[in-house]
Amino acid sequence: MPNDDDMMRLAADGLGGERGGETVFSGLSFTLEAGESLLVTGPNGVGKSTLLRVLCGLLPATEGTVQFYGGEDGFPDLASACHYLGHRNAMKAELGVEENLRFWQDYLGHPHLPPFEALEMVGLGDIGHLPFGYLSTGQRRRASIARLLVSYRPVWLLDEPTSGLDKASEAQFADLMGVHLEDGGMIIAATHLPLGLQDARTLRMGEVG
Amino acid sequence: MLALFRRELQIGVRAGTGALTGVLFFLAVVAVIPFGVGPDLNLLARIGPAILWIGALLAALLGLERLFQADREDGSLDLMLLADSRHMIALTVFVKCLAHWTVNVLPLVAVTPLLGLFMNMEPLGILATTATLAVGTPAITFIGAVGAALTVALPRGGLLVSVMVLPLTIPVLIFGVAAARGAVADPDPFSPPFLILAALMLFFAVIGPLAASLALRWGGD
Repeated sequence: MPNDDDMMRLAADGLGGERGGETVFSGLSFTLEAGESLLVTGPNGVGKSTLLRVLCGLLPATEGTVQFYGGEDGFPDLASACHYLGHRNAMKAELGVEENLRFWQDYLGHPHLPPFEALEMVGLGDIGHLPFGYLSTGQRRRASIARLLVSYRPVWLLDEPTSGLDKASEAQFADLMGVHLEDGGMIIAATHLPLGLQDARTLRMGEVG
Repeated sequence: MLALFRRELQIGVRAGTGALTGVLFFLAVVAVIPFGVGPDLNLLARIGPAILWIGALLAALLGLERLFQADREDGSLDLMLLADSRHMIALTVFVKCLAHWTVNVLPLVAVTPLLGLFMNMEPLGILATTATLAVGTPAITFIGAVGAALTVALPRGGLLVSVMVLPLTIPVLIFGVAAARGAVADPDPFSPPFLILAALMLFFAVIGPLAASLALRWGGD
């Protein structure tokens, strides 16, 4: 756990979002501190993905605010401090897995683990040279999870992170998330499945909005 | 940024077909002109620069709509928008344009001397046309980036991009052809239109990526 006074904190206050001109949720408030995780659950179409995109600023909020304090140097706002793992993997099929990761490490900055080690962590150590397009769905997902490891970001925004993963990879990913939280990170995950996180708080959408 | 340039080059080269499509289209346009206008060698030489420029302009518009679409489809665009505070998104667009130009448009410039022979142009005219294309075509890519950014969410926006972008490229075409002709036709000057062409290219190098980045930022979904 971090021991500094100005702990990282994320506060959403009365947040509302829309998709295609239609309000999907409104009046959503929560705060999250370093080392905490939040699971966003709820039925399909309730706005879980939209919430994540509003949080990081890819979509404008229709009401309310998102505030982010105490990010270290180089992380002035949530957009710069977060890893966003969406439905799409953000990898190029033409390039090798390791090439993809090396590019994102260069581009995103704050290098953390070398691409090779990151691939080992998700159990893809021996196929880093293959073009990303040759991988199976689950392997692609694991490769894009490795992207979370090559550059450091305190906040992870995960949208259905375990879709396509097998049981062993799910457990492996739970361990990685556990380590990230222990280091004082933050995780917000939209999911239908239990992610194996201890002490995760849950935000049930569809009941509050 | 160098990493981005290298990645775009690698993708462009490995995907392969983009540059070849453009070159073949360019070749097709220029090769049929002599059959259309007939065997008047003097006429061919006179309209040569214009034909080469029009062919290169149309060929340069091919494939522009993929400039951001590929990144949007695989989710890379989201990450690039999020990294705005580290790499200004306009700069990212600029680098992507440069890479796109290098892979897809530079080959067009490279084959121009060969196609100039088809048009019975003299060596000086061929040299001048190649030089004006090298300076002028980046402007087309920068303008095209705006169209590509605006239509990024449309599944088949290719034709729309061309139609939107074409009117904006007219000044580039005018000064490009004027300079290329000025090199051979005696009373016409070469350097004033050439310098205006260079100025246009630099102007669009700034305006294009800025406008495209705004379109990408507010066109998100």
